[in-house]
Amino acid sequence: MTTQGATAPALMSYDEAMATFDPVMGLEVHVELNTVTKMFCGCPTEFGADPNTQVCPTCLGLPGAMPVVNGKAVESAIRIGLALNCSIAPWCRFARKNYFYPDMPKNFQTSQYDEPIAFDGWTEVDVDGETYRVEIERAHMEEDTGKSLHVGTSGRIHGADYSLVDYNRAGIPLIEIVTKPITGTGDKAPLVAKAYVAHLREMLLGLGVSDVRMEQGSLRCDVNLSLRDSPESPLGTRTETKNVNSLRSVERAVRYEVGRQAARLADGASIVQETRHWHEDTGITTSGREKSDAEDYRYFPEPDLVPIAPDAAWIEELRAALPEPPRERRARLQEEWGFSDLEMRDTVGAGALGLVEETIAAGAPPAAARKWWLSEMARRANEQGVDIAALAVTPADVARVQALVDEGKINDKLARQVFDGVLAGEGTPDDVVASRGLAVVSDEGALSEAVDRAIAANPDVAQKIRDGKVAAAGALIGAVMKEMRGQADAGRVRELILAKLS
Amino acid sequence: MSDLTRRTAADLADALAGGETSSVELTVAHLERIDAVDGDVHAFLHVDREGALAQARASDERRAAGNPVGRLDGVPVAVKDVLATKGLPTTCGSRILEGWVPPYDATVVTRLREAGLPILGKTNMDEFAMGSSTEHSAYGPTHNPWDLDRIPGGSGGGSAAAVAAFEAPLAVGTDTGGSIRQPGAVTGTVGVKPTYGGVSRYGLVALANSLDQAGPVTRTILDSALLHEVIGGHDPLDSTSIDQPLPSLVDAARAGASGDMKGVRVGVVKELTGEGYQPGVQARFDESVQLLVDAGAEVVEVSCPHFVHALAAYYLILPSEASSNLAKFDAMRYGLRVVPEGVDNPNAEEVMRATRDAGFGDEVKRRIILGTYALSSGYYDAYYGQAQKVRTLISRDFAAAFESADVLVSPTAPTTAFKLGEKLDDPVAMYLNDIATIPANLAGVPGLSLPSGLADEDGLPTGFQILAPAMADDRLYRVGATLEAALLDRWGTPLVPPELVEGVDRAPDLASADKETVR
Repeated sequence: MTTQGATAPALMSYDEAMATFDPVMGLEVHVELNTVTKMFCGCPTEFGADPNTQVCPTCLGLPGAMPVVNGKAVESAIRIGLALNCSIAPWCRFARKNYFYPDMPKNFQTSQYDEPIAFDGWTEVDVDGETYRVEIERAHMEEDTGKSLHVGTSGRIHGADYSLVDYNRAGIPLIEIVTKPITGTGDKAPLVAKAYVAHLREMLLGLGVSDVRMEQGSLRCDVNLSLRDSPESPLGTRTETKNVNSLRSVERAVRYEVGRQAARLADGASIVQETRHWHEDTGITTSGREKSDAEDYRYFPEPDLVPIAPDAAWIEELRAALPEPPRERRARLQEEWGFSDLEMRDTVGAGALGLVEETIAAGAPPAAARKWWLSEMARRANEQGVDIAALAVTPADVARVQALVDEGKINDKLARQVFDGVLAGEGTPDDVVASRGLAVVSDEGALSEAVDRAIAANPDVAQKIRDGKVAAAGALIGAVMKEMRGQADAGRVRELILAKLS
Repeated sequence: MSDLTRRTAADLADALAGGETSSVELTVAHLERIDAVDGDVHAFLHVDREGALAQARASDERRAAGNPVGRLDGVPVAVKDVLATKGLPTTCGSRILEGWVPPYDATVVTRLREAGLPILGKTNMDEFAMGSSTEHSAYGPTHNPWDLDRIPGGSGGGSAAAVAAFEAPLAVGTDTGGSIRQPGAVTGTVGVKPTYGGVSRYGLVALANSLDQAGPVTRTILDSALLHEVIGGHDPLDSTSIDQPLPSLVDAARAGASGDMKGVRVGVVKELTGEGYQPGVQARFDESVQLLVDAGAEVVEVSCPHFVHALAAYYLILPSEASSNLAKFDAMRYGLRVVPEGVDNPNAEEVMRATRDAGFGDEVKRRIILGTYALSSGYYDAYYGQAQKVRTLISRDFAAAFESADVLVSPTAPTTAFKLGEKLDDPVAMYLNDIATIPANLAGVPGLSLPSGLADEDGLPTGFQILAPAMADDRLYRVGATLEAALLDRWGTPLVPPELVEGVDRAPDLASADKETVR
């Protein structure tokens, strides 16, 4: 998606903005549940099916069709609410949110309005060793819309030649989790926002209620942001930035809006209350529709559904069966793995906790698992501009590569090439080792000859080693490795050199 | 009578069971009757000749093999065009659904098919069931078989007229504020609005979801009971459907026909009689009450003070729900699609606007505007919210009334059939026709209308309404059958519309008998 016609607005530097203003955020996260069927009908929810193959009279909004609530979705909603320390409504209803849009089959969305299933909760996230409490306003159930595809040069609705709609997504169960205004973060606002979404993702994964794949849209974030002169000032006018669909983008979008709003305010201009769109490619937001009081969804209780009144005993059963909360889990894992606070923080910050855990479970030593994900994979994700979890490499792959290193079959340098191959879709680590011929040379004869040649070519260095300056061996090891094009076990080369020169 | 179309459904079922006739013969007879009179009556929007005959043949085969699927297997039925029928056009009387053929059956239709009733076709109605005269159909009005210049009631005028004109022994209607009962009253037929949740709404194109209910349209109480038992019962596809069995309705109708009303308390609703009711309508009502007294019933007067607000509440709740329900008709997926003229490369919104402008009639637009307004922020509490409170008060009135009476009774409609066009320019006068039927929809209780005679002043049918507590639909049938038997006993012959019936004189001057009888 390109951002045509948008002149880049002036930005204030982040540090200056933070010296001048106090940010207040509100985060709305939409989570697609991984139920087998949709929110109000029996259609399957599988991602990636051919367009309009997972539809029925109900989710297509055909005249006469009626909704029936998916009990599993209600259960998931309650579990999410409980995990966020929310109160669970003893009685609540669905409501219709009325507005016209072609990808919404009924031209109203069946959602919840003033009677959410979960409300008044809280959770805590850690940023740079500080704990921030995030108050949860509500978590409510609703249905997803269809997906429009605008065909034409612009790729957007304006200027499209024609548009296609896929209703497979229409009716997929969504939980919308809304925070209360998040204050007191100061210049940590972008990191707190990112940490909150990462925390939610981890929590939802632990609950097993969603695939939480941001790149597939099963977890989507809208960022509300406003600035005020100081924490004592009244709240400023906010903007709502939509389409923020990766952890990195959450941080970047907050940072961008801070800079944009600060520049406007410093200029004496006002902030327009509006919806803005985040552009992943250019890293900016552009104005969408203006949000004003004129937007009236005419909510009223959905007359085709009966109220939901979850049994109190059932709620307690669900509460008792909740998985370990993320922070407690982190403390336990840190203890088990022997990571330092900094190592643990980096692991969590990179969104790699689950990946590291799975890699360790697949047999890798904790330090190695952390090393690969936080150095190699984090770098690659950064280069590709995607979340680390979106890389085409699995924890099992990483564990296997480490096993190959431990077995002496490859070294770290070759391991990186193995990852290149895995990421390029060349198969499993073993496939890549085989097809690229990456095994270290263990032919002692060839190695020995290479060592001899290196000694002969570097008599001065050889003499130093003979004289006891063992550290000088590095130069000879380098020469041998170069000749062997990296496919040698550096430790073995060192042993050979020292043996020959002792 | 020899003509098969004149016989009741119960009678036809017996004839089929006794091998006296076949479903094909019955179906052909009714199709021929449709051919003969529907040009004048216009009860049908779509006749499914081939489909009905195929179902009739299948029914005859089942019966020949000794496996009929139910009492009414083989008895044909007409279906109001607001119920989705797979493979058969479903227009709701609107241009906006012209040409739409649903890919699925409403649960009521599924049950008709499963019970072996051949579906003759789809009956005319006010557009999206908005109206009391069937004049708001986009496909032209239906005419009352008693007087072709008069309205057959609405919105289900098509179903009532089809049954009154002997084009079908049975029909299904829907009742949001009286759309089964009021047409029944003005065409001299029986119509039942079951308890809300008693008959599945899945596949019923919603007018107002919290008020709509499908029910039987027939010529006798027993026929309604038979049809009600076919279409009623819990449906997991409708969350508002009640998962609880009803007492047997057919048994209640048979028990009632024996004529014993001892111990039954009949409450006359003070607010639904007297002023505003046509003298002939009131007179027939009073006589009917007396007949129930003669049968042993105890009559009490009850007051439902909040009923005076029912019409106002109804005209806020209905348009609110309807404005949202009708939003889906936007040309994006089915039905009419109008591309605006003079607009290059129109966008989706422009197509929606042009389609809705061309596809909806004035009454529909009027109610969409009313509903949109009533739900708007800042007005919601004053209108929709307040109307829901009135609704609660009306339910309480019913609850209190049912403490002193087993059933409540009133005239079904304040007048007999008015002339086509007479009230078209006065929507409020039109709305007032439903004044006696609306409270039942607001409270979800069941109601039945049966013919109580002909008004002295115009010789047109009048209707008698019976209301019962929720889930006590059996009481409607018991009391209704008693009254029906008593009336028939007096008349000596059922009410028959004169206009379309060759060889039958104008209906007997029923009104002249016992004029002094006042409760």
